[in-house]
Amino acid sequence: MKGVRHYPGFLSITVLCLTILYAPLIVIMVYSFNGSTSITQWGGLSLRWYGEVFTGPEASRFGQAAWNSITIALMASTAATIIATAAALAMVKGGRFRGRSASFALINLPLMVPEIVTAVASLIFFTTIGLTTGYGTILIAHITFCIPFAYLPLAARLEGIEATYEQAARDLYATRAQAFRLILLPLLAPGVASGWLLAFIISLDDFIITNFVKGAGMETLPTAIFGSVKQGIKPNIMAISTLMLAASVLFVTAAYLINRKGRQTP
Amino acid sequence: MTAAVHLQDVVKRYGSVTAIHGVSLTIADNEFFTLLGPSGCGKTTLLRMIAGFEAVTAGEIRLFGDDIARLDPNHRPVNTVFQHYALFPHMSVIDNVAFGLKMQGIDLAARRTRAGKMLEMVHLSHFADRMPAQLSGGQQQRVALARALAPAPKVLLLDEPLSALDLKLRQAMRVELKTLQQETGITFIFVTHDQEEALTMSDRIAVMSEGRVQQVGSARDIYETPDNRFVADFIGETNLLEVDVHSVTDGRASMTLPGGHPLTCPSASATPGRHALSIRPERVTIAATGELKATVDRVVYLGTDLQVLSRLADGSPFTIRLQNAARTTIPEAGATIGLHLEEGAARLLAD
Repeated sequence: MKGVRHYPGFLSITVLCLTILYAPLIVIMVYSFNGSTSITQWGGLSLRWYGEVFTGPEASRFGQAAWNSITIALMASTAATIIATAAALAMVKGGRFRGRSASFALINLPLMVPEIVTAVASLIFFTTIGLTTGYGTILIAHITFCIPFAYLPLAARLEGIEATYEQAARDLYATRAQAFRLILLPLLAPGVASGWLLAFIISLDDFIITNFVKGAGMETLPTAIFGSVKQGIKPNIMAISTLMLAASVLFVTAAYLINRKGRQTP
Repeated sequence: MTAAVHLQDVVKRYGSVTAIHGVSLTIADNEFFTLLGPSGCGKTTLLRMIAGFEAVTAGEIRLFGDDIARLDPNHRPVNTVFQHYALFPHMSVIDNVAFGLKMQGIDLAARRTRAGKMLEMVHLSHFADRMPAQLSGGQQQRVALARALAPAPKVLLLDEPLSALDLKLRQAMRVELKTLQQETGITFIFVTHDQEEALTMSDRIAVMSEGRVQQVGSARDIYETPDNRFVADFIGETNLLEVDVHSVTDGRASMTLPGGHPLTCPSASATPGRHALSIRPERVTIAATGELKATVDRVVYLGTDLQVLSRLADGSPFTIRLQNAARTTIPEAGATIGLHLEEGAARLLAD
């Protein structure tokens, strides 16, 4: 049987899709190294906009925003991963219990609900219970929507771990806690790592929900970039975007590699 | 002497389904004991209850006199060889073998020495630092054995450990397992659905079906004197004939064979009425003056043996096995032959 690549028009459709997806990213990456102040005219290769990011007039604003983004992403992904690990253990190893399907739906709901709805709902919720919007509310919101992203690779990994490993450990005189710590956790580690990395990048990237719950004067990198773009796109934005893109690619690749490595020795 | 393992009226129920119906068994110390039966007969469930992976619904499991039925697996001095070995993939071979010793709190030097000895016993000393994924199936199997034997368990449980190996390796491992059991002096409880495995290795076999023990005995006992229809049919090949027993005197039952020939055979407990008579195919010879008459349907060539598929006067199928010797006369398809039952060939079954 001929593969899909032999269908008529396969090549042109593929090229078209890839162009639409990646051309803007490539343009941004290329122009971030532009020497001129124009965003459309090429003025030779230069790193001046990268310098501008770290030393220019907006450097302190972007620096603070980046700091907020990274610290929130670190804490949110860690908290979400811990919650997701507990959830995955209950869902996969907990046998059948009442409300198992409902729990599964609840864990993964944030993936299905439109982000804007979550954003509005979160804002209403925080103001209703009297929480002042700011760093704390961003963190809480991020932990919440990161859970399913951490959960999915974790649960997939856990499902692949046969129950006999734990039984073998128990049979060889390990207590329940020892079997978990010495056998299950190391086997689950690649899933935990890729779940954490995915959650981290999702948190780092988020704009819509953050923008709603951040409160006045508090910025993360995406909201700071948006604020800056509203006054016109400057080349330094392209440099920041390229840096963020590089970080994302790095993290996603790491998550993929860790997961694949884990799979070779099930 | 206290039995190594004694099961008393062990019952296992999953909801409304009963998997084990009150099994009682006594397994002697230093015995190679096999639980044999088709899949779903409860043999693995029984083994898992001895290991502690399944809770007993009712009954007692005694290990050298102590009731262990309600202990956690880590408090039972028994170890298991799993069907797919379950070697810890993130630990080296030597760490796998030493795991049980580590959990028992034995210090590093002592457990290294002991684990090394165990690997030597299964001829894998030079693989100590490999990871399990780098070993072949047969080698993983031997590591699993070494790991389970390292803590010197009082009883070793083996859950179909040979089923994942290819035929040649399986045959070699049978010999190795039996030798290992004799060398270590540890009681082995072996679960299998493979009767050849059971017959070649075991001191005694418990044949199981539908959550019940059907018969316990040596390989010879269960093959030659099966108690019931299931055992006769499950172990080896047999011909089951429906016969009418008309009288029982002095422990011998008299009956009429299909075709009208009379036969008496020893039976301790038979009552007059309809019963099944088991006749092994290799205990029958072709002789014109035989007790049974049959028409040959087909002759199947099996190499060392020939299988003659025939039909008796009443239409019931009857199989005969002949050795493929130079002097054997091979009957033609369609021929009518006489069959002579050797002394003790027929066994009257309880049910």
